[in-house]
Amino acid sequence: MSRAALLVLADGRFPAGGHAHSGGAEAAVKAGRITGAADLEEFCRGRLHTAGLVSASLAAAAALGVDPVELDGAADARTPSPALRIAARKLGRQLMRAGRATWPSAELDALAGRFPKGAHQPVVLGVVARAAGLGADDAAYCSLYECVSGPASAVVRLLSLDPFDATGVLAGLAPELDVVAQRAVEGARCAVEGGVGVLPAGGAPLLEIGAEAHAAWAVRLFAS
Amino acid sequence: MHLDQGHTHDGPVAVSADAHRADGRRRALRIGLGGPVGSGKTATVAALCRALRDEWSLAVVTNDIYTREDAEFLLREAVLPPERITAVETGACPHTAIRDDISANLEAVEDLEDEVGPLELILVESGGDNLTATFSKGLVDAQIFVIDVAGGDDIPRKGGPGVTTADLLVVNKTDLAPYVGSDLGRMAADAKAQRGELPVVFQSLRAEGGDGVEAVADWVRARLAAWAA
Ligand SMILES: Nc1nc2c(ncn2[C@@H]2O[C@H](COP(=O)(O)OP(=O)(O)OP(=O)(O)O)[C@@H](O)[C@H]2O)c(=O)[nH]1
Ligand SMILES: [Mg+2]
Repeated sequence: MSRAALLVLADGRFPAGGHAHSGGAEAAVKAGRITGAADLEEFCRGRLHTAGLVSASLAAAAALGVDPVELDGAADARTPSPALRIAARKLGRQLMRAGRATWPSAELDALAGRFPKGAHQPVVLGVVARAAGLGADDAAYCSLYECVSGPASAVVRLLSLDPFDATGVLAGLAPELDVVAQRAVEGARCAVEGGVGVLPAGGAPLLEIGAEAHAAWAVRLFAS
Repeated sequence: MHLDQGHTHDGPVAVSADAHRADGRRRALRIGLGGPVGSGKTATVAALCRALRDEWSLAVVTNDIYTREDAEFLLREAVLPPERITAVETGACPHTAIRDDISANLEAVEDLEDEVGPLELILVESGGDNLTATFSKGLVDAQIFVIDVAGGDDIPRKGGPGVTTADLLVVNKTDLAPYVGSDLGRMAADAKAQRGELPVVFQSLRAEGGDGVEAVADWVRARLAAWAA
């Protein structure tokens, strides 16, 4: 395992399409739920413990070698909003392209062939992590970090938030991220024996509802 | 993994600049149009579609910043059938989507080829951006940078990657030069100094009886002929 490979995969500039998505932040800003750094922190904390935990456990399970087709079904079951499913598959497809170009692997080729229009992003992330020689915990960390860093950088653009404040929010959440990463990996390990049904299934209804509303806007900066 | 290896497409899917598609066919020539907000990119794309659509099989990808205006303009003008026009969302950063992280645009291009292909030419319009915005070679084979005379006749002198390195520099809206006090001779001299032998076209899409987009269309035709050869 290479620690540097983790930096490559976790880098916000890894060209996998994330820059065009706000992780629900644009909808929350418009609704007045995020107006500054303090709200951003609460928003990210909520995301971390709900959608974040679910995504990270899917990624970790894929990194452990759990069948990605079953994991994709599990991701669908945990994503009620059609708009979020579409966004997750789009991002999965983009990550697949970047992952295959960066760490060519037969497993990635097979997954791309099975889902030509994209599997759920966390599932692809786990298989990419495997291809990069990374482990389940690395996949969980990547997934959780992008679950909070995406909204943070989007809010810098949407509210002209001081970028140092946004980065401070991420640093402040780091200890919690460690805890959630551990839970995600534990959940993934259970799924190796117990099947994908035992993976965490927490949800954030406001994120789902916000995503549906956002997808219908005529004018928006971010794709989701 | 429980996946059937028989269904895989290996090879070019992951390699963006490859001249062949996964099925082995030669892909369409991809030409990017970039430049500042309002310089006339969409108007040039529309005129190119009208000039070339009977000769070549073509499609368009637009990168609007926060609306679908450009795609909707092209649809309204009916320059191409709707299934040949696709919009990509760029997350407040149009240059990122054409340069640093081209995956969404590559997908749009590939989907167009899959769904309405075979295609010979795909025009990719960037969202209006600054003078440093250029297209990645992984996304396009050639790029046109569109500026206009109303944005200030010092733009060619200021240079920047768009003005200096684009395969074709278009100085648009020459009809407005007398009204905004732009010196076309100076713009041409500055462009020459910045670009050396790289071509520059001065055009107006408004002037009565003018040649409109013909010079740019000829340049695209030459590119297409070279690509097909
Ligand atoms: N006078 C004059 N107006 C033009 C010419 N070309 C385009 N325009 C007008 O300039 C305006 C902007 O043109 P667009 O083609 O939308 O510019 P754009 O570069 O696509 O703009 P963005 O995509 O918003 O960056 C429109 O009102 C066009 O009709 C021209 O040659 N002369
Ligand atoms: Mg335009």
